[in-house]
Amino acid sequence: MKEILSGNEAIARGAFEAGVKVASAYPGTPSTEILENIIRYKEIDASWAPNEKVSLDIGIGASFGGGRAIVAMKHVGVNVAADPLFTLSYTGVNGGLVLVTADDPEMHSSQNEQDNRNYAKFVKVPMLEPADSQECKDFTRLAFEISEKYDTPVMLRTTTRISHSKSIVELGEPVQGLPEPKLVRNAAKLVMLPGNARVRHPLVEERIKKLGEYGVSLDINRMEMRGNEIGIITSGVPYQYVREILPDASTLKLGMIYPLPIRLIKDFASRVKKLFVVEELDPFIEEQVRAAGITVVGKDLLPICGELTPGRIREAFAKAGIVGAIHESPLQMENLPGRPPNMCPGCPHRGVFYALNQLKAYVTGDIGCYTLGFMPPLSAMDTCICMGASIGNAIGVVKVVAEEEKKKVVAVIGDSTFLHTGINGLMDMVYNNVPATVIILDNRITAMTGRQENPASGFTLMDNPASRIDIPDLCRAMGVRNVRTIDPYDLAATKNAIQVEMNRPEPSVIITDRPCVLVKREGVFKKGPVLSVSEEKCTGCRTCLKIGCPALVWKPVEGKKGKASIDYLLCTGCDVCRQLCKFEAIERNK
Amino acid sequence: MSRAITNILLVGVGGQGILLASEILSETFMLAGFDVKKSEIHGMSQRGGSVVSHVRYGSEVFSPIVPEGEGDILFGFEMLETCRYLSLLKKGGSVIANDLCIPPPAVLSGKEQYPEGLAESIKSRFPDFLLVDGLKLANEAGNPRTANTVLLGAVSKRLDIPEEYWLKAIEKLVPPKAFAVNTKAFLAGRNL
Repeated sequence: MKEILSGNEAIARGAFEAGVKVASAYPGTPSTEILENIIRYKEIDASWAPNEKVSLDIGIGASFGGGRAIVAMKHVGVNVAADPLFTLSYTGVNGGLVLVTADDPEMHSSQNEQDNRNYAKFVKVPMLEPADSQECKDFTRLAFEISEKYDTPVMLRTTTRISHSKSIVELGEPVQGLPEPKLVRNAAKLVMLPGNARVRHPLVEERIKKLGEYGVSLDINRMEMRGNEIGIITSGVPYQYVREILPDASTLKLGMIYPLPIRLIKDFASRVKKLFVVEELDPFIEEQVRAAGITVVGKDLLPICGELTPGRIREAFAKAGIVGAIHESPLQMENLPGRPPNMCPGCPHRGVFYALNQLKAYVTGDIGCYTLGFMPPLSAMDTCICMGASIGNAIGVVKVVAEEEKKKVVAVIGDSTFLHTGINGLMDMVYNNVPATVIILDNRITAMTGRQENPASGFTLMDNPASRIDIPDLCRAMGVRNVRTIDPYDLAATKNAIQVEMNRPEPSVIITDRPCVLVKREGVFKKGPVLSVSEEKCTGCRTCLKIGCPALVWKPVEGKKGKASIDYLLCTGCDVCRQLCKFEAIERNK
Repeated sequence: MSRAITNILLVGVGGQGILLASEILSETFMLAGFDVKKSEIHGMSQRGGSVVSHVRYGSEVFSPIVPEGEGDILFGFEMLETCRYLSLLKKGGSVIANDLCIPPPAVLSGKEQYPEGLAESIKSRFPDFLLVDGLKLANEAGNPRTANTVLLGAVSKRLDIPEEYWLKAIEKLVPPKAFAVNTKAFLAGRNL
């Protein structure tokens, strides 16, 4: 049977066909839909973990228990899971274990574009890289076979263009006859004390050598000869672009990108006059090919930053005189207003950032929709590094700046991000008595990645009711003496609460308690009475526009001052703009 | 068919339903026996940002994204976004756009103006330009939420794919309750 599947859907299908027992992940673009689709297969125990390290720990446990396990995360998530990953390389597996790393070249939805192929080399584990959805499914199955055959975790690397592109997939039948999981003790292999680990390390080195040899005859490393002028080593989505732009070039398409099949590469190099590597981001393949003594051109020609596109590859090879130049399009229209992403109408974060802007706070930010608080007109974010960093960053700033400036420092973090890794920062703040203010924007969902449940939302990935972590109680239990919950739709109270806590020379936590407007579960988000602007009363002062709500529209009037108006289809009745208007021009419609 | 691959770009604002429209296109092409690939970006841009989805079909498709300057059809859900992506089209490509303006943040706040005369600018660059009042036709079909389907109908006319595959794809991808009204909307666009 054939279906059109995204790369992520195909990985989920591959996991099902491979007989996976356990799937765990923390949501992160572009990996999120893997777990969201795995729940179609009731045979798999699938769940959201609080962070990527926990999800890998769970995967490791499932593997040790004898079941096949898949864990999925975005590229930066692997940084969080790196600690268990490096040691897992030493222990190896029992049931097969596959870690999906979904990289984001071009940073469509990420804070950096690290190339996680480097992890495979660093951790010394094999890595497969599919080039379309069919390969996403097939490679996922193969990854489990390799994992068990070579006693190693296997990394499966996708990029945004693979995860979120759809193509036709021929479905297969699930594997049969996998051993039943059961407790088997093997402490020498699984207890990584120095004495045991010293025994394991040489096995890791031996394993990677064997895998390099295995790769030479592995059919997913495929030589496609079309002539002997130009040869291109490539993998992943760049392979597709190469086929498009250089249809006559011979290709060595690598499905296993670590360890590299050096003998195969030498063979391919010997068959072509000019050898290139076309790869996104780092010269990962190129450097290893060169280290093997093969002359090759790569990053001298192609960009190291951003994703490759057919156009960028054409441009590079046009410069080298190998293909014609890109089609010039004189048809582009210039100077169009941009359309950056924006918080939704009624977003509970808006009032908080407006208040922070008014109070001239120095805001250490975090990862979530609220990072959009950086954008004008709210313009109230000063730092954003990674998941959970805001609180530690605030502590560090407070430690060095002058007494008067300490009061300005506020960390802002969402519920899911707080539970991910922010909680450890708060421990430090309490433990070391650092007088910063933390605002936890609890909108009861992991919003940015598309509304996933989390330990404070009250539901699981499978949509079952779950014990809900009470964030205020959690903060109190950690020893925060000043914990208060506010309604972020009440602007005056919000501003006042933030101001009081900023001035307090002690650690304090403010929690906002309005849900995300996009939460679909009934009874969570409630729309208020829609607002409208009285044309008579509106003086055109533009104060209401300072909150940047998409429902508030400026209507220019010919020859006169313009007026504000409200798009009644977009307005959710949050009431924040009404509180800003000094002329009572914004009214609640009954 | 004169060309091996047909390239379609769907552009608009996050939240407008571009994803569903591109799903219906892809499903139709697969049902008609073609190789299909499509690509779009999820995540941050969904929060009201500019969105572009690529759909390609033919006997064998490699790249999931349309090479710059090789688009055959630009399917625009909003006027400003339609203009933003014109450079992805080949010379002589077709533009089918919904006559809808959604002001971006800088226009909402009065810092910039929504550009005027966009339809004329498009027409001067791409003579094969069809401006569709999606909302009006959707209302006539019986549901204002079927504007995208009206547009899809208009796009379908530019492609040599039998009607039955379009309707099958719509049936598969819209909720059963909405199938009848979507069929009506699709045909309204197809018969423009």
